[in-house]
Amino acid sequence: MNKKEKPEAENRPDNTAFTQQRLPAWQPMLSAGIVIPLFLIIGLIFIGIGVALFVTSRDLQVLEMDYTGMEQNSPCFSCSDPDQKNCKCTLDFNLDKLFEGPVFFYYALTNYFQNQRSYGVSKDDYQLSGDLDNFKDPDSTCSPYRYDSNNNPIVPCGSLANSMFNDTFKLYQLVAGTKKEVPLDGKGIAWWTDYNIKYRNPSVTPLKNAFNGTVKPLFWPRPAYELDPTDPANNGFINQDFLVWMRRAALPNFRKLYRRITEGDYSTGLPEGNYSLEISYNYPVLNFDGRKKVVFTNVSWMGGKNEFLGIAYLVIGSLCIVMSVVMLIVYAKFKFPEED
Amino acid sequence: MLRRRLNRLLGGDERRVDSRTVYVGHRSSPDSEGFIPPKFCDNRIVSSKYTVWNFLPKNLFEQFRRIANFYFLIIFLVQVIVDTPTSPVTSGLPLFFVITVTAIKQGYEDWLRHKADNEVNKYLVTVLEDGQRIRKESEKIKQVGDVVEVEEDETFPCDLILLQSSRDDDTCFVTTASLDGESNHKTHYTVPDTEKDLESLSATIECEQPQPDLYFVGRMHIYKNNQEPIVSLGPENLLLKGATLKNTQKICVAVYTGMETKMALNYQGKSQKRSVVESINAFLLVYLCILVSKALVCTTLKYVWQGKPGQDEPWYNEKTQREKDTNLYLKMFTDFLSFMVLFNFIIPVSMYVTVEMQKFLGSFFITWDKDFFDNEIKEGALVNTSDLNEELGQVEYVFTDKTGTLTQNNMEFIECCIDGFQYKHRDASSELDGFCVTDGPVSKLQQKAGREKEELFLRALCLCHTVQVKESTEPCLDQVDGLNNQVDGLGIDGDGLGIDGALSHLEEQRGFIASSPDEIALVKGAMYGFTFLGLESKTMKILNRNNDVEYELLHVLNFDPVRRRMSVIVRSSSDTLLFCKGADSSIFPRVRQEEVERIRLHVERNATLQEGYRTLCVAYKLLSAGEYAQADAGLREARLALQDREEKLMAVYNQVETGMSLIGATAVEDLQEEAAETMEALQGAGMKVWVLTGDKMETAKSTCYACRLFQKSTELLELTVRTLDDENRRREEKLHDLLLDYHKKAVQDAPPVKEGVTSWSSSQDYGFIVDGASLSMILNSSSDSSNSRYKNLFLQICQNCTAVLCCRMAPLQKAQIVKMVKNSKGSPITLSIGDGANDVSMILEAHVGIIKGKEGRQAVRNSDYAIPKLKHLKKLLLAHGHLYYVRIAHLVQYFFYKNLCFILPQFLYQFFCGYSQQPLYDAAYLTMYNICFTSMPILAYSLLEQHICIEVLLDNATLYEIAKNAMLRWRPFLYWTVLGLFHGLLFFFGVWYLFYNPALQDNGQVFGNWSYGTIVFTVLVFTVTLKLALDTRHWTWINHFVIWGSLAFYVFFSFFWGGIIPFLSQQRLYFVFANMLSSVSAWLVIILLILLSLLPEILLVVFRKPRGPHSRQ
Repeated sequence: MNKKEKPEAENRPDNTAFTQQRLPAWQPMLSAGIVIPLFLIIGLIFIGIGVALFVTSRDLQVLEMDYTGMEQNSPCFSCSDPDQKNCKCTLDFNLDKLFEGPVFFYYALTNYFQNQRSYGVSKDDYQLSGDLDNFKDPDSTCSPYRYDSNNNPIVPCGSLANSMFNDTFKLYQLVAGTKKEVPLDGKGIAWWTDYNIKYRNPSVTPLKNAFNGTVKPLFWPRPAYELDPTDPANNGFINQDFLVWMRRAALPNFRKLYRRITEGDYSTGLPEGNYSLEISYNYPVLNFDGRKKVVFTNVSWMGGKNEFLGIAYLVIGSLCIVMSVVMLIVYAKFKFPEED
Repeated sequence: MLRRRLNRLLGGDERRVDSRTVYVGHRSSPDSEGFIPPKFCDNRIVSSKYTVWNFLPKNLFEQFRRIANFYFLIIFLVQVIVDTPTSPVTSGLPLFFVITVTAIKQGYEDWLRHKADNEVNKYLVTVLEDGQRIRKESEKIKQVGDVVEVEEDETFPCDLILLQSSRDDDTCFVTTASLDGESNHKTHYTVPDTEKDLESLSATIECEQPQPDLYFVGRMHIYKNNQEPIVSLGPENLLLKGATLKNTQKICVAVYTGMETKMALNYQGKSQKRSVVESINAFLLVYLCILVSKALVCTTLKYVWQGKPGQDEPWYNEKTQREKDTNLYLKMFTDFLSFMVLFNFIIPVSMYVTVEMQKFLGSFFITWDKDFFDNEIKEGALVNTSDLNEELGQVEYVFTDKTGTLTQNNMEFIECCIDGFQYKHRDASSELDGFCVTDGPVSKLQQKAGREKEELFLRALCLCHTVQVKESTEPCLDQVDGLNNQVDGLGIDGDGLGIDGALSHLEEQRGFIASSPDEIALVKGAMYGFTFLGLESKTMKILNRNNDVEYELLHVLNFDPVRRRMSVIVRSSSDTLLFCKGADSSIFPRVRQEEVERIRLHVERNATLQEGYRTLCVAYKLLSAGEYAQADAGLREARLALQDREEKLMAVYNQVETGMSLIGATAVEDLQEEAAETMEALQGAGMKVWVLTGDKMETAKSTCYACRLFQKSTELLELTVRTLDDENRRREEKLHDLLLDYHKKAVQDAPPVKEGVTSWSSSQDYGFIVDGASLSMILNSSSDSSNSRYKNLFLQICQNCTAVLCCRMAPLQKAQIVKMVKNSKGSPITLSIGDGANDVSMILEAHVGIIKGKEGRQAVRNSDYAIPKLKHLKKLLLAHGHLYYVRIAHLVQYFFYKNLCFILPQFLYQFFCGYSQQPLYDAAYLTMYNICFTSMPILAYSLLEQHICIEVLLDNATLYEIAKNAMLRWRPFLYWTVLGLFHGLLFFFGVWYLFYNPALQDNGQVFGNWSYGTIVFTVLVFTVTLKLALDTRHWTWINHFVIWGSLAFYVFFSFFWGGIIPFLSQQRLYFVFANMLSSVSAWLVIILLILLSLLPEILLVVFRKPRGPHSRQ
């Protein structure tokens, strides 16, 4: 026994609640007594929310019009021919009651895969944040829209920017045979952070100079610094329409905000009457079997019209209540065996 | 290993010779010129796997040999090489994490091994070099042939040949406690005819090359003047490394060193044990199939989809020139790889690291458990392999050694029976010199045997033994005082010995040395009246109450296992007496028959039915002068005989030991603390306990009774040499008949055991006894067909018995049995518990090996767990094991679940993004999901969960039983997979319906694809965490902290990543999360989906409850 006697404290395990696995613990029990009221309460709350959502969504007005021009009788049929340039068509419609404001004007595309990976990565974030180095040498992800055939850098580069939606719309109300233009508000249609932080123009004045030695995207009619001739603050990369386009849609059928109708006589909505939408038809969609639509709608606290949420809440809420009743019956029959 | 292999290569010649020559003290023999010292390995013990230098490459190599790690490495490389949707960081970071954590863990474990090695290697030994004594570290013994001096209580540093002893009789005592757990002393002898002066000794030893078996033969050439006497060496001259020297100081020479010592050879090759949790490999395969089929489906659909006009390359998404040029099939292949990479998270990298961490950290709870702390050895439990924690919860067969495991090897005198009257020292009802009478023989009135008989009995106990009083450094007087005190103590307080166990145990250790612990117990037992003071030159001194009595010791008729008794012939002042003690079966035929019956009652009751004590009978015989002279002559003659000495001695012994009178019987308690309770608990938990012992049947049987493995009602089926020996027939036939007979009894006639009902509650219990010889007949039967048939019969019988006792087992046979059961149908989990080297083979063979006690340092190293006492096994299995199993099973299933519902939406998204491998989630989310957001709650759960609290588990052993790995079978796996599918579908399509109109904010702005992914991901993280919260039954503050902390961290991280910090403003998720939170609809859909995912779960819990077999509280 020459093993040296170690002091007892050295080897003895600590007698703490943790080491002995005796930490005080809360042991919740999901018994019927808890679950039945829980389901009941959840059910009631869900039904409440569901009703609110349902009613709100039901009261929202939506006017959706396809203007692709597939059909012979469609006003834009002539424009759907890909050879037509600068084609204009007019879509007439009638509102039989007041379209409550503020009215939001969306364009919608279908079968358009903005969420494809190769498409989505085809942009240069640094270029878009105003980095002049990337003006000269766009990121390689931009190809095949990185340089044009003369090897000039494209700004903004990449498929995403290149394919920016370029149909434009003008809305007129037909009052006593005359066209009265409805003012469309193009501000605040993109995310605030996109407009103010994420996308930046290079700090060069005038902006045009920054684009020296670059070319506009091949598909664009005008260079980026001339996107909005009416508002100098809405040009370059911080053009609202551009920003809306650059935020890729999640699904192949999507809508994007085009304008809001908030001004003048129409701030409370579009009064009943006849309207005429003048479309400059530029954007080709037929070769990939896509559709173009315009959507007029109003929004509420829950956003745009969406039946799904309200119905889902109502269904789940009722299911919860049904389940609690079933449980009540089951446990009444079995006399709450686990409560003994 | 490498070193050994090298040695084998280099020492090729040596091999061929198959023997080695050792030059004692490196002095060449006179005749061999040009002496070249042969190369032997040095004395370092290396059990560690790595060194500082080779750790990194070797460890990495070993880790990537694991199929899972290799898979992740491949994925990582694919990501680096091919243009894939996610950056290499997403899978590289977790892989790096896994590899690092595993490397740290293995490094730590190897560091522990290094420490243990160092403890052995740095042990100081004295080496004689050129006549000088030098203290050296053990590893510095350079070579075979060094002469080493070992002092008392030192451990032998290598295998040694004993040259010289400080004792006059050229012997030394050795205890091999650290090798086989036997704490008794073994005698070894010096090489005869060596000179006292080692300086001038010039000799060579020729012996075998190192071999693992413990047998040893060799020759020693001594060059003395011109003579060359050759002395033969045997195992009695060889001292094994690891044993401890007692009582002497002596000098010896090294023959085998370092990794070539017999001990090291025996301990090598500890194989890696794999846990059942590795059955997740099957699950992994399923998920791999899911992964591959997902990728295949996507690739196929992609090309089908692209076949439609306008889809392949719409004008807005033109391909680059390179893409156009790429070969179609190559493109398909890279697409397939990209999909694999995109979905690879379904096979959780982090599961491995979490499992590893859970095992590693979880094992601390075993070492920390203060219930495993033993005050005597001042140590707690030890975990050597944390990989097997959960196996402890699945044990079906427990194989236990008897000696030292079930029994203490530290005997305690319990009672005796003198002339038919029973004396028990524990009870204090009536006293007689420390004894008390509790109950008389069954038929008689309560009375005592005559005083004369009592004294005779005690005197017999005192004299008939081979115990030696140790020549202690303390003055002899002290010892006597000490013993006197003890006698007094016992006389006054009947419980003295029991209570002061620890104290008197120490006294005992110091006081007596004997070859068998029960002798000590008996000598101590006799202290009620007589105290043995020692043997001095053939005179035994005895303290009889107050006066010394001396007896002249004339002859010792040694104990041997065949006779199973021993005798002494002593001469007192008046007459010559023979005292004999031995097993009842060997004494009863040799005493006058009329005395037998009275004692037999006691003996049988003690031995079997009731207490299970170890009993010995004591007899005496008065020898007349004539008889003695005759015996004396016979003995002397036999001892001097050169041929057949053994037989002749035996004949004389048998002749002398006849016609004795029986005085009484003793009963010695030998069980471990709470052995019976522990065994009962194990059986109650549905485990089958098999006792595998090298001991003889009778003692083993009585131990089984004492442990309540066999009950009174148990019908014993015996398959031993005794039952097989039938004069008329051959053993094989008899074996065949018996096997069929027992099989009929135990298997066919037994009522069919229903699934889920524990078999031990069935009407008739059977116990099966088999001995080594019969077993080897069963296992090695001559013909192959009958061999496997016998084996099957035997297994079936055994499996239907509540307890099986295998006695007279060789260590290898123990392992054979374990192996047989392990590989039987259903491959049950086996556990072996033993206490020493003879159990190592079975410990290594079983799924889980446990060493009881800490004596054998080397044996401990080979075990998976070490516990100080047998009784700790109960808590280790019933509480720790059960909890670990439940925890890890849940951990594994949960991991598959959470990754399935993580990746399923990403898969579904492919259908809506033109199969373009667009990830649904941001790369940061992909990477962090398993590492940060969902890893801590499950880790905390898997460390702290107690679905049933420990006390309840210990009280109700039946709770232990989770049949056949039930929680890791296909059913629960299917449940979790379906749950994962359900959740995944729900998350994706819930949000999909919401995105029917992506204008989700009250300002009419629309959400894009990253918002979509972030909403799904938020629902995912919350649901998965709350699902775990629902499953948690034991909420400590840590669980609260980790679960709510993880969710908070997710939110915090999302804000952070979403661009609170300006430099992240180029991030694609910039403000996505904050914008999402500003949308009421997003909130509502998140809440809806979380609740919808969890409500069925809650329902399930509630509806399952009434049918559950036991409620938790």
